[in-house]
Amino acid sequence: MSSANPDTPRPPAGRAGMTKELPERFRAYRHVWVFIELERGQVHSVSFELLGEGRKLADKLGVQLCGVVLGPPEEATQNAVAEAFAYGADLVYFVESPLLADYRNEPFTKAMTDLVDTYKPEILLLGATTLGRDLAGSVATTLLTGLTADCTELDVDADGSLAATRPTFGGSLLCTIYTLNYRPQMATVRPRVMPMPQRADRAIGRVIAHKLSLAEDEIVTKILGFLPDSQSGTANLAYADVVVAGGLGLGGAENLQLVKSLARAIGAEFGCSRPLVQKGWMPADRQIGQTGKTIRPKLYIAAGISGAIQHRVGVEAADLIVAINTDPNAPIFDFAHLGIVTDAVRFLPALTEAFTRRLSPHSRDKLAS
Amino acid sequence: MHIVVSIKQVPDSAQIRVHPVTNTIMRQGVPTIINPYDLFALEEALRLRDAYGGEVTVLTMGPPMAEDSLRKALGYGADRAVLLTDRYFAGSDTLATSLALSQAIAKIGETFGTPDVVFTGKQTIDGDTAQVGPGIAKRLDLSQLTYVARIATIDLAAREITVERRCEGGTQTLKSKLPCLITMLEGTNEMRRGSIEDALSAARRQVVKWSAAEAGIEDLTKCGLRGSPTVVRRVFAPTARSEKAAQIDTAEKTLRDLADELIVAIFTRQPALEPELAFDGA
Repeated sequence: MSSANPDTPRPPAGRAGMTKELPERFRAYRHVWVFIELERGQVHSVSFELLGEGRKLADKLGVQLCGVVLGPPEEATQNAVAEAFAYGADLVYFVESPLLADYRNEPFTKAMTDLVDTYKPEILLLGATTLGRDLAGSVATTLLTGLTADCTELDVDADGSLAATRPTFGGSLLCTIYTLNYRPQMATVRPRVMPMPQRADRAIGRVIAHKLSLAEDEIVTKILGFLPDSQSGTANLAYADVVVAGGLGLGGAENLQLVKSLARAIGAEFGCSRPLVQKGWMPADRQIGQTGKTIRPKLYIAAGISGAIQHRVGVEAADLIVAINTDPNAPIFDFAHLGIVTDAVRFLPALTEAFTRRLSPHSRDKLAS
Repeated sequence: MHIVVSIKQVPDSAQIRVHPVTNTIMRQGVPTIINPYDLFALEEALRLRDAYGGEVTVLTMGPPMAEDSLRKALGYGADRAVLLTDRYFAGSDTLATSLALSQAIAKIGETFGTPDVVFTGKQTIDGDTAQVGPGIAKRLDLSQLTYVARIATIDLAAREITVERRCEGGTQTLKSKLPCLITMLEGTNEMRRGSIEDALSAARRQVVKWSAAEAGIEDLTKCGLRGSPTVVRRVFAPTARSEKAAQIDTAEKTLRDLADELIVAIFTRQPALEPELAFDGA
C-alpha cells in the first residue's frame, strides 16, 4: 500500500501506529467469555459456535473459556448452563432472575456489565443476532470499550491481542480490528460463520452465580406480547444442506421463479444476493451474505451472482459451490469450485429438468437394476 | 412533538470498485446516497410528525459534502437539518461516533426543543455494525427500541409508546416511555415523494453547521481517532482460493448436455449428496 495514493484504504496515521499500552486498571482482565443466548427456553446455536471459537482463543492465550448464562429461574436456564459445559466451557457465570425471562435491553445490559465489572474478562464474544447486537452495543457503550461487529475470523496475536477480522467498505475488502488499550475486547459473530463444535456430555463444572441488582419498577420497557413467526422455510435457510440463490444476473424479478423451481426439484432452500433485496425482488430474510444469512450447505448453486466479498463471506464455508454467470471474470469464479459461463436464465430450466430426470424414482430404479 | 433523525451519507456501495492490481478503493466518481436503511427512519419520523404535529430535525455527522444528504432529507419534508462537521471527528469508530452524535442531539434539544423520539436506521450499508443507535440510546439514557417494525401507539400525554420489534423467531410488542431511541427496520414503510415546495426550497434552506465545540463537545480526546478504542491495523483484499473454479466447457454443447455434465461433476465431487436430494413428487 503506497502512502502516496490518497485512495489507499489505509488506516489514518495515529490510529495505525497506535501501540499497545494497556492501562494498569485493565491488566487484571483475563479469560474469554461467551454470552450464551437463551430465548424462550432455547440456546441459540450461535452460542455453541462461539464456544468452539472461544475455545481456540482461550487455549492460545492459556486462559479459561467461560460461558455467561442470563435467564429466568427455570429448568431451561439450568439446561443452558449444562450445554455451555457440554460445548467446552470451563466455567459459567450465571445470573438468574425473573426479570431475565424474555429479552429486554435494560436488565440484560445491567446483568452483563455488572458481571464484566466484577469478574473482568479480556475477551467477550456475542452472537450477531438481533438480541446480541442490541445487547453488545449497549454493553460496549456502558463499558466504553471497543466492539467489532460481524467478525468473520477471530485470532490472537503474539502479544495476546484479539485480532477481529470483518468485511469493510460495504463488503468489498476485509479489515482486522484491535481493541488494544481497553477491556474487554468485544466482538460479535453471525450465526453459521463459525463451525459447530463437537458436543460432549461433561459434568457441570464451576458455576459462579451473581445477583441482578435491579428491580422491575426500575425497568422502563415492558413486554406486552410475543408473536412467533409462522414456520416458513426462511428459518431453515442458514441450516439447509442445499441452497440455490439468484443474483442480478437473472435480469428481472420474474426470473426468480427459475431459482425456486430448481430449489423445489432438489429439495433445497432458496435465497438471493443483496441487490435483489434492495430492489425489493425478495424479502430481506432470504438474503445470503455478510448482512444476510451465512450458510454452510453441502451444495450451493449461485445463479447470476457476481460474488462480491460481502456475498462471499456468507457462502464460502459451503462444501461445494457451483457458480453460473455470463461473465468469465466475475469474482464468484475465484471461490466457487465448479463454474459454468452461461446465462443462468437459459441454463436454470435445463438444470432443473436434468436434476428431475436424474433424481426421479424411475431413473433410480434403472440405476439399481 | 420533536423528532430527531440521525442519518449517514454513504457511498453507493454497489458501485464501489477495488483496483485489481493495487487492491485500493477506487473512490473517484462514486456517488453518495443517504444510507438506504435511514430512509425508513426518516419516513417514519415524517409520519409521526404528520400525525401528532411538531418538527423533524435531521442530523448527520460527516465531511462538509454530507450537506447533500441533509438537503435531500429537507426535500423529503424534514423541517430542519444539522450538520456536525469537524476534522476532529475524522477516524471515529462507533463509540466515538455515538459520543459526537449524542452530544449533538443534546445540543439540538437545548436549542430547538427536547426530542421525544430519536430515530436511526437499522444499520448503515458501509459499516454494517448496527452499534451507533444503541450507543446513542445508552449515552442519552433513552429507552432503546431496536429493529422496530411498527409503531403501534404513542400517548404524548402519558409519555408512552408501544412498538412491534423484530426479534429472533418472532415479533415482540413492547411498551416503553418517551423519550426513546428507535432503530427502524427496513421495508416497514415507503419513502414519500417530497412536495414540490419542499423540493424547491431544499436547495436554499439553511443547514445548521456545528463544529465539535459548537455542539458542546468539550473533551476532544473523546472524538475521532483518539476517542476510538478500536484500531484498524490492516485492510486487505481476500485471497482467492489457490485454484479457480473448474470450468465446464460450454462450447458446442446443448443446454441439456451441459446440465447433465454439471450434475455428474457435482456428484463426482460430493458422492454422498445424491441420495439426499429430494425428488419433488417422489
